[in-house]
Amino acid sequence: MTEAMAATGRDRAVAAATPKIRVRGLHKAFGPKQVLDGVDLEVLQGHSLVILGGSGSGKSVTIKCILGLIQPDAGVIEIDGQDVLKMKRREREAVADRIGMLFQNGALFDSLPVWENVCFKLLAQKRLTRAAARDKAAEVLEQVGLAASVGELWPAELSGGMQKRVALARAIAAQPDIIFFDEPTTGLDPIMGAVIDGLIVDCVKRLGATAISITHDMASARRIGDSAAMIHKGRIVWTGEARSLGHTGNAMVDQFANGEREGPIQMELRR
Amino acid sequence: MVALLLDPLAAIGRATLGACRVAGDAALFALEGLSHVLRPPFHFRLFWRAFLEIAWFSLPVVALTAVFTGMVLALQSFTGFARFNAQSAIASVVVISLTRELGPVLAALMVAGRIGASFAAEIGTMRVTDQIDALTTLSTNPMKYLVAPRLLAAIIALPLLVLVADILGVMGGWLIGTFKLGFVSAAYLKSTFDYLQTQDVVSGLVKAAVFGFIIALMGTWCGYRSKGGAQGVGGATTSAVVAASILILALDYILTEIFFAQ
Repeated sequence: MTEAMAATGRDRAVAAATPKIRVRGLHKAFGPKQVLDGVDLEVLQGHSLVILGGSGSGKSVTIKCILGLIQPDAGVIEIDGQDVLKMKRREREAVADRIGMLFQNGALFDSLPVWENVCFKLLAQKRLTRAAARDKAAEVLEQVGLAASVGELWPAELSGGMQKRVALARAIAAQPDIIFFDEPTTGLDPIMGAVIDGLIVDCVKRLGATAISITHDMASARRIGDSAAMIHKGRIVWTGEARSLGHTGNAMVDQFANGEREGPIQMELRR
Repeated sequence: MVALLLDPLAAIGRATLGACRVAGDAALFALEGLSHVLRPPFHFRLFWRAFLEIAWFSLPVVALTAVFTGMVLALQSFTGFARFNAQSAIASVVVISLTRELGPVLAALMVAGRIGASFAAEIGTMRVTDQIDALTTLSTNPMKYLVAPRLLAAIIALPLLVLVADILGVMGGWLIGTFKLGFVSAAYLKSTFDYLQTQDVVSGLVKAAVFGFIIALMGTWCGYRSKGGAQGVGGATTSAVVAASILILALDYILTEIFFAQ
């Protein structure tokens, strides 16, 4: 009995020490262009990591590799200590079922009403009937500050901010363990951006989820991130606390965070 | 000098390899799509939606095409056959031409313009706005959700449309035959059915099913592979219609050889 309890305690300690997501030496090239050149990342259970980086630096490709949307050329992606790249298709699908994603432009399905968008995963997995899904959608929409009646509208009838909220509702509806946010405040005014950030923080905390966000918006990065990582030319060049952004002491990060023209990052221009 | 000789050959080689790559990709896409048609889970709502879009909403354009084709065929046959005093063969010429060839081919070309373009535009837009990636992250296989229901719907809907087109085309010929060319209605209809064989109709319906598959395949494949924003979606739409139309005409010849070559 005592041995069993000790074993359980050791398992818990190992689980707590194992990062929720660990990426090692991730490489990906598209033709001659090397987009990821050895990305290393670790995110602990319940933590929120923000990935910063310029356009084309490999942020989205990193997330898409973890999600299984892009097959990397080399590297290791572990979720809960298990290498997802070595998993069989069904095992990988089971892992993907526990992940939620908010796409940059929302990626709501135009041909479905809002309520069906929100509960799409639950309906696909046959976890709810259509009638129950309507009620569930109303409940989740309320969590992101939208009235239940919004569920009857079509995505094209919503403003940009409302579409982001609906996309957030869709990402959290199935109560995922891991959530990815791809530039959640892009295209929104600063106030709506802050509102979305607040909702993201609330949702992630309520679910106890692990989150990885991509953003160019420093205010947003400080609000939603526990930690931050800077990616440049396909490599992680800095990791640290999100609240230190702008005064990290790393010239590259500080130049990016403060939007300075001069510094170690040189904009590549095509002539 | 050697380069001058080799450059055109290299270009031909590159084009050939490119064509093989595209054909192989389309073939693998078709096989995967068909495998999802046969494997559960099935998306009946999406199948029904695609079926209605193809069969019901294409009906007016296919019906008008069939009626006018039957009318023109009767008129042209009359003026042509009058040279040989063979006007009595008009009814059988109209019905055999329509059921074997013109019904399936014209209906398929009309549907390729309407549905092939619509599939390519819808799926292409979903591709460039990340909706297809979103499907994957929402535990849904895009091939099963977007492609399989459309393939199945087109394979079933086209023969039904062609059956209607055959009937309406014969009716168009009968209208011209009796009201303009002076045939006795009963004699015209008797001549129509006397020479019609089951194989004429069945071969047309089999062709229709194949054409339906080609239309849905080209629409979904071109849309699925589209990239580059609005311009890419536009290109995918054009490619879907052009590729489907050419394949319909080419396959029509091959199927005719299979059915009727002695």
